[in-house]
Amino acid sequence: MFENLRLSFQGIWSHKLRSFLTMLGIIIGIAAIIAIVSTIKGTNEQIEQNLIGSGSNNVNVQLYQGDWTIDFSYESVPQGVPVISEEILREITDLEEVESAALYRYRQDYDGVYYQNTSLSGGYVYGVDRDYFITCDLLVQKGRGFVDKDFTDFHKVAILDEDSANALFQGENPIGKTIEVRQQPFVVVGVVTKKDVFEPVINSMEDYYTYAQDSSGKVYIPEAVWPVPYRYDEPQQLVVKAGSTSDMTGAGKKSADILNGYLTVSDDTVSYRSENLLEQAKQIQQLSESTNRMLIWIAGISLLVGGIGVMNIMLVSVTERTSEIGLKKAIGARKTMILGQFLTESAVLTSLGGVFGVLVGIILAEVISKLSDMPVAISIPAAAAAVVFSMVIGIVFGLIPSYKAANLDPIVALRHE
Amino acid sequence: MILNLQNIYKNYNQDKLEVPVLKNISLQVEEGEYVAIMGPSGSGKTTLMNIIGCLDRPTSGSYELAGESVLSLKDRELSSVRLNRIGFVFQSFQLMPRESALNNVSLPLSYAGIKKKERRERAGKALERVGLADRATFKPSQLSGGQKQRVAIARAMVNNPKLLLADEPTGALDSKSGRQVLELFQKLNDEGVTIVMITHDVNVANQAKRILHIIDGEIYDQNPAGIETGEEGSV
Repeated sequence: MFENLRLSFQGIWSHKLRSFLTMLGIIIGIAAIIAIVSTIKGTNEQIEQNLIGSGSNNVNVQLYQGDWTIDFSYESVPQGVPVISEEILREITDLEEVESAALYRYRQDYDGVYYQNTSLSGGYVYGVDRDYFITCDLLVQKGRGFVDKDFTDFHKVAILDEDSANALFQGENPIGKTIEVRQQPFVVVGVVTKKDVFEPVINSMEDYYTYAQDSSGKVYIPEAVWPVPYRYDEPQQLVVKAGSTSDMTGAGKKSADILNGYLTVSDDTVSYRSENLLEQAKQIQQLSESTNRMLIWIAGISLLVGGIGVMNIMLVSVTERTSEIGLKKAIGARKTMILGQFLTESAVLTSLGGVFGVLVGIILAEVISKLSDMPVAISIPAAAAAVVFSMVIGIVFGLIPSYKAANLDPIVALRHE
Repeated sequence: MILNLQNIYKNYNQDKLEVPVLKNISLQVEEGEYVAIMGPSGSGKTTLMNIIGCLDRPTSGSYELAGESVLSLKDRELSSVRLNRIGFVFQSFQLMPRESALNNVSLPLSYAGIKKKERRERAGKALERVGLADRATFKPSQLSGGQKQRVAIARAMVNNPKLLLADEPTGALDSKSGRQVLELFQKLNDEGVTIVMITHDVNVANQAKRILHIIDGEIYDQNPAGIETGEEGSV
């Protein structure tokens, strides 16, 4: 085996130009496939990133009526939605996929939040519990976060995010200032910001509609004082932080199941549901992949042509080396040894082609990404598979020539000069 | 008896025509003999050699090699017979041009599944035996004709076969190199190797202890009067 490999490399090296030209078909085919696969992978990763954002792995579990979340600004509170107790919450945080969980209520308010005469139109007001900031990876940038006393003593305090701070205060320091939420005064005690600021990559209008983030600004108040500007007994929403991105779907589903177990609603279209970003990402990915899949098949034709080229050259090589084969058989080489020698040579030839093809493909992918702003990501398994596949091509297309060599009549072969 | 051929016939098919090449050949060779087979070209001597060398099968007849009937053996078993019990030497040497002398000699050892270290050792000894130990790393293109043929003989003998078959071993050599090759054959024969050699050169054939003649596919112990089976060579 080792001997065969040595002989193969020697044979390939002694016919450098011919070997290179033979490999060219394989190189082009593999390079094209690697470039396409890298583009697909890059696009997919970007879609996932755009939808999921970076790192927080948050899944919202919200109360739905039919296919829509219930907007409590207009709709009444459905009967039979219980308060989510400490025990229920513990049940959720005990889930394997869930790292932490927090409860909140929220409103989009068009005419409710003011600082002096400035309105935060379209901004959100969140009534959050103690764990909300940790769960959502929000860090205190200025001032302070919520403390236990805010909850137990019903302090009318508010924390802004950067968007709302900018919109309401326009560069002024908001700490200590009083804002109005539904005519109720709240003292701003802090400003929070996302741990990882993430901007989705937007290349087209389509991308914009799919990924653009709402930047209307958010105002956080302790859940204890939620009923001051809004209503009592509004159902809570849940946000969980999954252990990893791949756990997001499971974490969301299982949490929703637990919450639904406690519902006693008469309207059975009302239920808790988790938004499934991974599923959404997959759907968009499939759309973009289906066009590129076609390209892979076209590149596959190049591999087929390359394989036929290899077969052709191997047949020439067998004819050229007829007397060598005759001698080897005369001095005791078995058929399988001759077969092995030629199959090895053919497989080495195409595997080398595969390796070069992967390298060219990577370069090609990088060039494409530089020229056209298309995201690319090199897939190691795809590269390995490409090399293995080109080896298989060598074996498949080397079979006929090798078989021919193995079955040469030694007498005829020896007579051949 | 190392070779026992009885009533060997061999026909070739040429354009649907059966052409007889060997006709009723019977041949016995004892171990340790040195036999030359002479005959003009086209007489069938190479065909006989191929049959003895288990490269070809006769149309009919029986052939025992060292007491074993080889005609019933499968391809795979014949490969093993050629590998272990017969050494071949050809007129045109048939060396691998890109391989060193040592690698050429160790080729049959690799077919026998022998490990690399032992291959090198045994191939080195075989080269020593033919007086070319100092040429082990040389490629065939760097060797003279006589040296090439001695490398080929080392390759033939590396598995220590009992029988050495040589097809015009001096045919492509000048007289001095030819003489060296024949001296080597004599030495191997003295060591007990049975040699069967094909030649059309009377002087070469005279080195052997026994000379057979093939004419038109038939074998004779003596040269039948009036038929030229060889020519005066320069050896």
